[in-house]
Amino acid sequence: MKLTLKIWRQKNASDKGGFVTYPVDHVSKDMSFLEMLDVLNEQLTEKGEDPVHFDHDCREGICGMCSLYINGKPHGPLQTTTCQLHMRSFNDGETITIEPWRAKAFPVVKDLVVNRSAFDRIIQAGGYVSVNTGGVPDANEIPIPKTVADLAMDAAQCIGCGACVAACKNASAMLFTSAKISQLALLPQGQVERKTRAEKMVAQMDAEGFGACTNTGACEAECPKGISITNIARMNREYFSAVVSSENV
Amino acid sequence: MSWVTKTLKSTLGRKLIMALTGLFLILFLTGHVSGNLLLFKGDGGEAFNIYAKFMTTNPAVKILSYLTYISVIGHIIYSILLTQQNKSARPVGYAESKASTNSTWSSRNMGVLGTIILIFLVVHLQGFWAKMHWGEVPMVTYGEEEYKNLFLIVSEAFKQEWLVALYVVSMGFLGFHLSHGFASAFQTLGLNHKKYSPAIKAIGQAYCIVVPVLFASMPLYIYFTS
Repeated sequence: MKLTLKIWRQKNASDKGGFVTYPVDHVSKDMSFLEMLDVLNEQLTEKGEDPVHFDHDCREGICGMCSLYINGKPHGPLQTTTCQLHMRSFNDGETITIEPWRAKAFPVVKDLVVNRSAFDRIIQAGGYVSVNTGGVPDANEIPIPKTVADLAMDAAQCIGCGACVAACKNASAMLFTSAKISQLALLPQGQVERKTRAEKMVAQMDAEGFGACTNTGACEAECPKGISITNIARMNREYFSAVVSSENV
Repeated sequence: MSWVTKTLKSTLGRKLIMALTGLFLILFLTGHVSGNLLLFKGDGGEAFNIYAKFMTTNPAVKILSYLTYISVIGHIIYSILLTQQNKSARPVGYAESKASTNSTWSSRNMGVLGTIILIFLVVHLQGFWAKMHWGEVPMVTYGEEEYKNLFLIVSEAFKQEWLVALYVVSMGFLGFHLSHGFASAFQTLGLNHKKYSPAIKAIGQAYCIVVPVLFASMPLYIYFTS
């Protein structure tokens, strides 16, 4: 495959940045998207140019490190992570536009790398259980039915990649925050801090400068882990019931 | 800052106000369209004029009308606040976006649709509502009692093609606004449930067609029958 890549290059956070076009040849259809970028970077390095910086880690679709807004969609044309996207999803001769996630709360560090520590701070605000819950209990000893445990597990699948923020027209982090609130609100271990958690995580989400939810459903449609916006409805219930009943004045 | 103001300043609090005012305005539209169906009665406007007097003098309706004014103003103010927040959340946009593959056009353009509806509302209120309250309205007598002949005002107004066209087109925009707004309000209130959400969505889709079509048919009916 022969491709033309239109990639966002930005030296650092304060640089204005802009698109640079690179031709790449001999791309195999079986390559992953990141491997294709590796090929480009090898060529750039050989020429003595600065390689394109992008985030990646496990390359197995489980860590949430890879990002990239490819041809107008987060993680590209498929509902998966960029590392699990293969070049067979593209056509020979195609021009591929690659941009970083765009959000005030996700500032560009360099090229396609954005700083997603805003998500970490939302977790730090309340996305934890601070009581010692002991070892793994026997299945039948868990005081919630399997259907509820499954819902918690569905929410826990969120890998925090930020595709929801990238896809949202308002750069809202509600799908992420709601998944993290839901995951713990549904489990018995999460009950002690349930109200405070909802209040603090929502407050932190706002403080980070994310937008509001318009219920467009774009986040859900683009989430590589299929997190549902039913979690956002649950977060709203959790938050409103927390603010009217918690002891936090 | 008290917990109430803190909550209303939060993103979720602002969304809550949008949902509650939006749902109240949906209730208002339902009442408005039902009452106005009297325009089709073909009795020279008698039923409509009697209904209009009841709506402007009944104290319970008065309370509802003030709630409607508050809802309209609240819906506008909070939409501006939220839009500002949303715009500032993405200072640099994308060069290429395929948003149409993951969301509906209406859901992404609620602000634009709302603004168009607001412009329509100004024309609408100026033409009928302001005239009814403060303008010169000819009187008509049914039995012993005198009534403002609002039916005459409406019939005269809808003899103008441009006004009829404006009303019909505006109702189209209202339909698109409701097509997202109806179900969206329930989602914001946290009402998302396997059993009820499909029904809410279905009712929303029916509502966003039926109500604007009924509204739009009123000026058309008057235009073609007068």
